[in-house]
Amino acid sequence: MQQEVVLAMLAKEPSHGYELRARLARALGPVAEGISEAQMYVTLTRLERGGFVERLDAPAQRSDRKVYCLTPTGQERVAEWMSDVSWPRPDLAEFHMKLIAAAQGGLADPISLIDAQRRDLLRRLREVGRAVLEEEKDSDAALLLEGIVLRLQADLRWLHACEIAWTKRGTSK
Amino acid sequence: MNDSPAVLVRARGLRKDYGSGEGLVRALDAVDLDVSRGEAVAVMGPSGCGKSTLLHLLGGLDRPSAGQLSVAGQRVDELSERALAALRRDEIGFVFQAFHLMDELTAQENVELPALLAGCTPNEARARATALLQDVGLADRARHLPAMLSGGQRQRVAIARALANDPEILLADEPTGNLDSAAAFDVLGLLESLHAKGLTLVIVTHDERIATTADRLISMRDGAFVDETHLTGGSRGHLGTFADWERLS
Repeated sequence: MQQEVVLAMLAKEPSHGYELRARLARALGPVAEGISEAQMYVTLTRLERGGFVERLDAPAQRSDRKVYCLTPTGQERVAEWMSDVSWPRPDLAEFHMKLIAAAQGGLADPISLIDAQRRDLLRRLREVGRAVLEEEKDSDAALLLEGIVLRLQADLRWLHACEIAWTKRGTSK
Repeated sequence: MNDSPAVLVRARGLRKDYGSGEGLVRALDAVDLDVSRGEAVAVMGPSGCGKSTLLHLLGGLDRPSAGQLSVAGQRVDELSERALAALRRDEIGFVFQAFHLMDELTAQENVELPALLAGCTPNEARARATALLQDVGLADRARHLPAMLSGGQRQRVAIARALANDPEILLADEPTGNLDSAAAFDVLGLLESLHAKGLTLVIVTHDERIATTADRLISMRDGAFVDETHLTGGSRGHLGTFADWERLS
């Protein structure tokens, strides 16, 4: 996730780190576990240094109540980010090369690597699947978790294709 | 066979052949399986791998060609037809992909039927069916015929019916196979809550999402078990990694 996420949230209204973190937690549900409040403050400080946000509040405020708003530079960056179509890529090439290197270098049996990877993905799928059931239906967080489920299912399908291909190679030797 | 009460299903060397001579098809080949009381087990595999055959044997819908099988303390492979029918009726609930409801009976009557066949009084059967339809969220659909219900609702009626005689184990063959994703989600939540209440489940599915609600996932190929994944324990904490904050700072 890019720091522009924080900038874009400030487009709604000036806000402090605590409130931003709470909004993020509502939108992400259990996925927000990966984002601490402290990291939010660090990010805001960096964005301030970069000239993307500025303080609105009186300097006497407690540090966790610093209110930030977007600068014109920050607003420009948000607009660029909105029209940017870059997409996070799962690094399939790495696992692909692991299988090839394992086979070529005699490091491991590709099929057992695939099996181990599948077990791990299945456990992740279980965790996300359960999290979806715990979320309120049609909530923001449920929609995100649904996307994670679909991605994991796509990865599992690819692993299945790997298994078929590597099984063929193993028996054709 | 010595069954400890914690093990509800025990199969040893279970085999099922169809046809004979050159046309012989070994649908199930030397399968060993233990299912503990309260456990949920999912079975996955390509079509024709033997997973439905396995479920039919576990449910006493079909007889093994060889091997031993006990369900709820009874040797399925040695039971008379009559005793097997009683075991199916009292201890085993079955849920099918195509629901298999009686079209001319209302939801309520479909759920009452197994209890009536088991010798309950009409009043007992009615009270039980009413409670079960409530549990599956269909109290207000009790008088509807299956044709008036959505696919997801029909499957929930079928699950209520499968529970009518308070079985030890629920066997489900592709329970979401005919459902759209929203309906599948409801059925998934229902199975999950039954499991949480302690019901033992064996689910055959091709959908990993359904399969991973189980405690254990068995992969089958060519009539045999080829892999087993224990899904419980040690799996928490992945979710946070989907919002990678490191790149943000």
